[in-house]
Amino acid sequence: MSTEILKVALIGNPNTGKTSVFNHLTGLNQHVGNYPGVTVEKKVGYCKLANHKKAKVIDLPGTYSLNASSLDESVVIELLMNKNDEDYPDVAVVVCDVENLKRNLLLFTQIKDLEIPTILVINMSDRMKRKGIFLDIPVLEKELNTKIALTSSRENLGIDEIKNLLLQHKSLPKESCFETAKIDKVYFEGLQKTFPNQSLYKLWLVITQDVSFGKIEKNTIKDASSFTTKSKSELKRLQQKETINRYKFINDVLKKGYSVDKSKATDLRSKFDRVLMHHVFGYVIFFGVLLLIFQAMFDWSSVAMNFIDSSFASLANWVNNTLPPGMFTDLLADGIIAGLSGIAIFIPQIAFLFLFISVLEETGYMSRVVFLMDRIMRRFGLSGKSVVPLISGTACAIPAIMATRNIENWKERLITILVTPFITCSARLPVYAIIIALVIPDQRVLWIFNVQGLTLMGLYLLGFISAIIAAYILNKTLKIKSKTYFVVEMPNYKLPLFKNVAINVLEKIRTFVFEAGKTILAISIILWFLASYGAGEKFNNAEEIIKTETATQNLKAEDLEHQISAYKLEHSYIGIVGKAIEPVIMPLGYDWKIGIALITSFAAREVFIGTLATIYSVGNTGDESTLKDKMREEVFLSGGKVFTFASGISLLLFYAFAMQCMSTLAIVKQETNSWKWPLIQLFGMTAIAYIAALIAFQLLK
Amino acid sequence: MQTIATLEKGEKGIIQDFEIDTIPLKLIEMGCLPGNSIELVQLAPFHDPLYLNINGSYVAIRKETAEQILIEKIN
Repeated sequence: MSTEILKVALIGNPNTGKTSVFNHLTGLNQHVGNYPGVTVEKKVGYCKLANHKKAKVIDLPGTYSLNASSLDESVVIELLMNKNDEDYPDVAVVVCDVENLKRNLLLFTQIKDLEIPTILVINMSDRMKRKGIFLDIPVLEKELNTKIALTSSRENLGIDEIKNLLLQHKSLPKESCFETAKIDKVYFEGLQKTFPNQSLYKLWLVITQDVSFGKIEKNTIKDASSFTTKSKSELKRLQQKETINRYKFINDVLKKGYSVDKSKATDLRSKFDRVLMHHVFGYVIFFGVLLLIFQAMFDWSSVAMNFIDSSFASLANWVNNTLPPGMFTDLLADGIIAGLSGIAIFIPQIAFLFLFISVLEETGYMSRVVFLMDRIMRRFGLSGKSVVPLISGTACAIPAIMATRNIENWKERLITILVTPFITCSARLPVYAIIIALVIPDQRVLWIFNVQGLTLMGLYLLGFISAIIAAYILNKTLKIKSKTYFVVEMPNYKLPLFKNVAINVLEKIRTFVFEAGKTILAISIILWFLASYGAGEKFNNAEEIIKTETATQNLKAEDLEHQISAYKLEHSYIGIVGKAIEPVIMPLGYDWKIGIALITSFAAREVFIGTLATIYSVGNTGDESTLKDKMREEVFLSGGKVFTFASGISLLLFYAFAMQCMSTLAIVKQETNSWKWPLIQLFGMTAIAYIAALIAFQLLK
Repeated sequence: MQTIATLEKGEKGIIQDFEIDTIPLKLIEMGCLPGNSIELVQLAPFHDPLYLNINGSYVAIRKETAEQILIEKIN
């Protein structure tokens, strides 16, 4: 007997513990993808109900109602409206927070009107006692015409109840509990007459939403002459009337089946708010939290990063020494393993960042940060909600740009996306580190401050300030009209659930490894190819040329090999390109070797180090001090040193501003749905980088 | 004319009226409807944004939105 799969959609307001319920139902048996065409995360998991009975559960993005105001929310409607979608649910599970039942039920009554069999899950029941809440479940079930499961995802209660109800899905009532036509009798009668076979509420949704679904359907409705007369504000007035009517219905229901003993309510919220949202302490605490995140990302994670780095280096060494020499071994050691190492090295930082972000979100603190920062950010055309992406940008611009999705205002969201790559991401860190070590003296000022450390901090500040200035300029120049809708819920304070945090962190790492990782690995292999192959006499006969040239010098075998590979690189495909751009980068103080590293860095910044290591033929020892020594000794043909204070600062500035990350460009294209914005970023930022580096070098040399 | 923006921290009022085109539908769905009670819980510096308790829902909105919603203060 084959397994029967029931399709279940999990729906609910944000902050109702919907994702906890999802995690309890599916455990680690879940994966994250994207909805076609948009970057809204699509979480799907499987859950065993009984023998030969499984449920495929989709955790839909949190939404307050079926009237969409953001991309995340429109995904919910598009799925629930489209009976032909492969994920169209057999059962809808609406998750509510027992403390916000009234508001949460608004969405429930809308879902019921879609005539999908619906289960109501009332979550966070562990808080009922403390809050003095009493529920009469049988009465609520009757009035709302549904089945109810009372759960506590914190104490793992009631999950089996949901499974039982899913097993009996055939007996779930399908009828709605609210009469849409009551809103405007005449209008809705006309509507029904024109489309006698359609559900009234669905027609109403198609008319009022600005979502792409059923374009054809929408047009036919518009063409129907009997009611093209409603203007936008008239429709909105009707929507308000609908909301009032729904609340009336919900209030009547709750009067019968819900009571709360106000004397028992403890006021944790106002106590915490008083401190965390204080005009002074609120900001002090927030900057303390930021400091902690930075400390974790740049200090604590370095142990794990060094371990990953050295493990991959010795693996590459082992491959080189064990396998027979040849193209395959080269590809494996210098292309694939080097590429994998470039992916794995970021995992500790991403883990720490999302550990903090998900704890801050779970506790309800993040909404307070949005509140505190909104006014300041708005001055620069950003939103309080831009704070999270900008902080995330210090790890990697890719998850940061994905995190802009919940900014409803398109202009604010676009500006956030455009300026995030200015923030110093972790890929710039290795480049900064080696150049600072090379050109900035290791001295202390005022006894405690290390000059190298101050330079690094200065570069972080530079990134942040440029982002803010760019935002300010974009805000003044971009002519985009979009209404500002800033409505942020302030959720209750909660202790974070370990399981939710852990799953979230794992998920983010998985997304990074498979999404950004693909690009990084592919680029590594392409770079390896371009650097290992070339055309022409000089490349093909490199070995003989060097051997004849150095015949008199009596070189050690090892040194000879390094010289040969450096010569080969010079005449490889990538070397040819490097030489071609030399005239352009000479005024910045760079030679063709740095030119090669600059080109490869457009794939990903951290490739800079690896490329220089190959060019200076340090070999694959992964020993940074050797590379540093080689760089220090490097001279121009004219005899002057290549890495001076002037060219070092010029390089630092170039890396601070240039848009050198293919993965970021790809994600911006995806998020803005056009090549226009990523191209503006690429050329705009690189032009700024060139000018800044040029000025710095010409002034300092 | 009293609006939400004229409330001081801790003060309460009853929502009277608003121009429908200037208010996001989401806020209406959060319970911002004529007749419902409203309390100003917290204010950010410069009186913006405002953190409200609308009929049991805790929501933050910007001053420009708050100025559009007429209320009557209660003690």
